[in-house]
Amino acid sequence: MGFEDVALQSRILTLMTLSFHIIYATIGVGVPLMIMIAQWVGIRKNDEHYILLARRWARGFVITVAVGVVTGTAIGLQLSLLWPNFMQMAGNVIALPLFMEVFAFFFEAIFLGIYLYTWDRFEDQRKHFLLLVPVALGAAASSVFITIVNSFMNAPQGFDVLNGELVNVSPLLAMFSPAVPTKVAHVLSTAFMTSAFILASIAAFRLLRGSNHIYHKKALFLTMKLALIFSVATAIIGDFSGKYLAEYQPEKLAAAEWHFETGSEAELVLFGVLDGEEPKYAIRIPYALSILAHGVPSGEVIGLNDFPEDEIPPLWIHYLFDTMVTLGMWLAFFSFVYVVGAWRGWSIVTRTWFRWLTVLSGPLAMLAIQAGWWFTEVGRQPWILRGYMKTSEGATTSGQVDLMIVMFAGLYVILGIGTVVVLSRMYKRNPVEKELAQRESVKGGEE
Amino acid sequence: MTLEIIGISVLWLFLFLYVIVASIDFGAGFFNAYSAFSDKQHILTGIIQRYLSPVWEVTNVFFVFFFVGIIGFFPQTAFYYGTTLLVPASIALILLAVRGSYYAFATYGAKINHRGYIYMYGLSGLLLPAALSPVLAISEGGFMRLEGGQPSLDYWALFTSPLMWSIVVLSIAAVLYISAVFLTWYAWKAGDEKATQLVRKYALVWAGPTIVTATGIIFELRGHNPEHYASLLDLWWMFALSFLLFLGTVFLIWKKRNYGLAFILLVGQFFTAFFAYGASHYPYLLYPHLTIYDSFTNESMAIALIIAFIAGLGLLLPSLYLLFRLFLFDKDYVKGKSDYHA
Repeated sequence: MGFEDVALQSRILTLMTLSFHIIYATIGVGVPLMIMIAQWVGIRKNDEHYILLARRWARGFVITVAVGVVTGTAIGLQLSLLWPNFMQMAGNVIALPLFMEVFAFFFEAIFLGIYLYTWDRFEDQRKHFLLLVPVALGAAASSVFITIVNSFMNAPQGFDVLNGELVNVSPLLAMFSPAVPTKVAHVLSTAFMTSAFILASIAAFRLLRGSNHIYHKKALFLTMKLALIFSVATAIIGDFSGKYLAEYQPEKLAAAEWHFETGSEAELVLFGVLDGEEPKYAIRIPYALSILAHGVPSGEVIGLNDFPEDEIPPLWIHYLFDTMVTLGMWLAFFSFVYVVGAWRGWSIVTRTWFRWLTVLSGPLAMLAIQAGWWFTEVGRQPWILRGYMKTSEGATTSGQVDLMIVMFAGLYVILGIGTVVVLSRMYKRNPVEKELAQRESVKGGEE
Repeated sequence: MTLEIIGISVLWLFLFLYVIVASIDFGAGFFNAYSAFSDKQHILTGIIQRYLSPVWEVTNVFFVFFFVGIIGFFPQTAFYYGTTLLVPASIALILLAVRGSYYAFATYGAKINHRGYIYMYGLSGLLLPAALSPVLAISEGGFMRLEGGQPSLDYWALFTSPLMWSIVVLSIAAVLYISAVFLTWYAWKAGDEKATQLVRKYALVWAGPTIVTATGIIFELRGHNPEHYASLLDLWWMFALSFLLFLGTVFLIWKKRNYGLAFILLVGQFFTAFFAYGASHYPYLLYPHLTIYDSFTNESMAIALIIAFIAGLGLLLPSLYLLFRLFLFDKDYVKGKSDYHA
């Protein structure tokens, strides 16, 4: 399988587009909820700082939404361009959630436009707050629908195959595949968690860089509390996801854990490198894999040796799994320490090194998202539709995919740099102190 | 009325809406660039930005709706068009991406007023319709070969075809014409006399090329696809109606009155022509390989999609109405008296 292989090229381009899109999509799903909460808190406490927080987040959010929209359009069309045979099949079975996703996106786009352009237009701030509800709902709903499509690829159902043709298609059954509950819950909770950590990173960064304003402290405390809640939720759902894998996609779990021989009382392998069939330098936790898979130490976990060799995923997904889980655990622990520390007034949370750790938490959460998606997608190789269609059968036959890889790579570099430059310029030119002073003077003039 | 007809009509309607809103968007970008080039930027920029800012994302969704919908209702199109369109569609995607993100970067973020960017943005508005329009030429047949059951595009035949180039020219002329008529109305509503006169002039300039190329294509088809040409002639009365509406628009713009009605007539003109063209193409999605019947999805999916579509519209229409109410038809907003941007 060389680089001339069109299926491999299509995979690379899809991976590139999705990995780039997911950065913006995660923010796009999580941040509206954060804006909504900040504005709600501001209205409830009658605290100008939280309202301003919502407003400043919303401004930056537009930039990320713009890139999210265009990269989302790209992946939407690339699915048909790069995987025409798969989409032809999937169109028959899974078109419904794809279609509904567009409606959710439509809904969100309309209300986001209204929300952004009606600051101070309503006398009552609560009216303006109401506009955020459809934005946050639409954002969450579109991620739910698109995750349903992905779940279908992992656990296809809702059709029968008769002489190579799909018959007895049931769109609703296809939508609610067994993978849906854990996947959707995991995607939502990690998106909220990551967005909270990213916003916390920004607040911590401002506090480190000289601005010791109470505004940033409020922002940091609020976002870290939210981050804690969603990381705990993520950990719990992650455990359910493990149980789902053991039941429905045992080869993915087995590859993630380098578990070769089927057996009970299976041990969990943390870190390490693989040497033949033997993990080296690894930390082994007895019974943990059985507990992860079935909730009891005696649970039997199916090993890789029970699968045909051409149907097992690449074994390097273990590293992705470890990265995701380790980062998730660390972030849950870290936010817990922060929140307890801030409550109890421990001096450690205001130390410089601790602040730098806080700054790091946003990027780490995003890294965990990437690792998690790579794990789940590479983990279902060689299937594009598990059990029905191999990835190579779904790919395009067009010979120009390599050129497209180069073009899109260029585009993403430009968009990535553009986002960073524009966002940093936007906030540097208009720091919160300046904006607060301006608002003060406007209010003073009114009285 | 069969499910297939309902499906294709819904999609055709959304494609039409995309053509209108995207034309306004693409043309506005071009006029903005042109006015910067001829030192008249101060006249137009404010008007254009006030219209585009709250709606630019919505424009994009119409496009997504169309291509997601067509895969849903007609999954076979993924096989034929997906394989052949890799290069042109990717180029269009990159242009869309650069355009959409540039707009957000410049308008909300950096407040870039660099001319180079404005020109690029304007130019991309002309390149995009040019990149998207080959699809219409391909759908007429003759540009695709089936080799071993796999379709591939005959680029040489496509790029030497007068039909393809006529469609490209028409799309560009129509974009500029639609946009100019809309902006005339919008500028007039804003009470901006100078801007109104400037875009009014553009509208009159682009009216001629639009109608000439549109007529030309019908004659191109006579040689390229006689079957399609024959069914076009059967619908001559719809094209005649479209032409009358066109005359109405030009007359009103010329006489400087009822710009709102002029825009409505323009939408009517394109609506009748667009649907007559679509109806004459029936039953082919891709001549002669693919009809709407052999590519249609299974019945249960079709019904599910139509239910989802009706439910979706129930959500969408009131929201769109609210959007228009607050921005397009809000006097203070249009006149720029108050800026409520976050």
